[in-house]
Amino acid sequence: MTDTPLLKVNDVSKFYGSRIGCRNVSFELWPGEVLAIVGESGSGKTTLLSCLSTRLMPSSGIVEYHMRDGQYRDLARMGEAERRFLMRTDWGFVHQNPADGLRMTVSAGANVGERLMAVGDRHYGNIRATAADWLARVEIDEDRIDDQPRAFSGGMRQRLQIARNLVTSPRLVFMDEPTGGLDVSVQARLLDLVRGLVHDLGLSAIIVTHDLAVARLLSHRMMVMKDGLVIEQGLTDRVLDDPREPYTQLLVSSILQV
Amino acid sequence: MADLATYNFAYLDEQTKRMIRRAILKAISIPGYQVPFASREMPMPYGWGTGGVQVTAAILGPNDVLKVIDQGADDTTNAVSIRAFFQKVANVAVTTKTREATIIQTRHRIPEETLSAGQTLVYQVPIPEPLRFLEPRETETRKMHALEEYGLMHVKLYEDIARNGHIATTYAYPVKVEGRYVMDPSPTPKFDNPKMHRSEALQLFGAGREKRIYAVPPYTDVVSLDFEDHPFEIQHFDKPCALCGAEHVYLDEVVLDDKGGRMFVCSDTDHCEDRREHGHAGEMLARQEAAE
Ligand SMILES: Nc1ncnc2c1ncn2[C@@H]1O[C@H](COP(=O)(O)OP(=O)(O)OP(=O)(O)O)[C@@H](O)[C@H]1O
Ligand SMILES: [Mg+2]
Ligand SMILES: [Zn+2]
Repeated sequence: MTDTPLLKVNDVSKFYGSRIGCRNVSFELWPGEVLAIVGESGSGKTTLLSCLSTRLMPSSGIVEYHMRDGQYRDLARMGEAERRFLMRTDWGFVHQNPADGLRMTVSAGANVGERLMAVGDRHYGNIRATAADWLARVEIDEDRIDDQPRAFSGGMRQRLQIARNLVTSPRLVFMDEPTGGLDVSVQARLLDLVRGLVHDLGLSAIIVTHDLAVARLLSHRMMVMKDGLVIEQGLTDRVLDDPREPYTQLLVSSILQV
Repeated sequence: MADLATYNFAYLDEQTKRMIRRAILKAISIPGYQVPFASREMPMPYGWGTGGVQVTAAILGPNDVLKVIDQGADDTTNAVSIRAFFQKVANVAVTTKTREATIIQTRHRIPEETLSAGQTLVYQVPIPEPLRFLEPRETETRKMHALEEYGLMHVKLYEDIARNGHIATTYAYPVKVEGRYVMDPSPTPKFDNPKMHRSEALQLFGAGREKRIYAVPPYTDVVSLDFEDHPFEIQHFDKPCALCGAEHVYLDEVVLDDKGGRMFVCSDTDHCEDRREHGHAGEMLARQEAAE
């Protein structure tokens, strides 16, 4: 890890009218670091993730990103063209529901190749070869390259979505409940895959989950949210093994009983 | 009461024409950009080229000579009725000769004869948005045009190659205009795409139901999208036109009998007739003459 954060989040709040989405969130994300955001339903996890990934505009606060040119940029002040370019090159976003992140009516190969074409790749053979390579990396048989994700299982779709995001070698990936709708055994395989990829590629990631086992397996650090506030944060092992806040203690003990 | 049956020159009132002309001027100044306009009801159903008819009505003057083609032919129902419409409401001269026309309204084809400066080609467009098939949201496609995000067009071509081994799109083949906007050249065959490139003529596109006008001004770059390893190619025909012997023209298949007999002839009927008048004869014509 280098000595400059990839993302600097300063006092971010989001209100939906008078309803609180998230409040006064500050933290820094370091290169290669995986951060889990945990908390019960409605605690503000998705809202925070949306504010960080520019899918929502925060009501107040600043999110700065360390661009490849070494400059920090206030994401709210970035032009739309540049922001969208950043989102499909240097970032990834993995949705809980793969249908939200995939094109369901084009082939797996084109789903993976789309970002390459978006940044100007114009060689069909190369695009296809890269897509095939990425399918292999997410453990999808190469002979499925011309199938549409409609014909894939939930786990395969999620792996395809991940490949589609990683093909441009992003530095930062946002994930919202990436294992959400999957069977337990399928979840385990996906988690292993994500962990391997994050490690091999040196990715930074922010993963929203209400599953502490996911946080334990994937993240270095975690933040616990309640009612829109971050009530506890720290190294994942520390938070899970030695929770300080009563609410976190409850959360941890309830999962241990399961 | 006696005036009930009268209408303005070229059917549309002057106010409406001015509105359409403003849209056309805007379209000309931003080549390939789809300009929204308040499309009017025309006395013909959508799908009959109401967009093209409105564009023609807005630019038509008393001294214009109008040609109307449908699938390259001047004598189909659609072409005949649009031509008759303008004869009736504007009393303009009409022609089937490409060379003589000042305005050519078309569905599906660009004439084989190279158009020259001063001529205007008006296309009837059913679906103006080239990104529509993969992105149904209008707000999103507008943004993609605004930000020049055209990766999706290549996704479509990629799918074509993955499925067929080559780019199988033959109609409405997407082009990039003046290095900026991606445009759907309407249902013309890709055979005609190269004719759009740096044409001396003004090309106007009208979509009635979708309420869009776009344009390619004279001498504008029009480049068909492709891949480095799958370059754009026009259709090739094995034989020349059976009637006039023309090569390097777009041919239609004509069924001759119920025993599988067929021939391929120019889709551009004026071009074919003109060649025959000048003594060119294809295989079928030569055979007929020999029989007589
Ligand atoms: N678009 C919206 N309009 C109004 N209120 C919203 C909106 N989106 C979220 N909220 C509210 O903001 C709060 C935080 O919601 P959010 O979706 O961020 O929670 P979450 O932690 O992601 O929950 P879950 O685990 O159920 O996905 C909730 O009270 C929610 O009702
Ligand atoms: Mg959520
Ligand atoms: Zn001919």
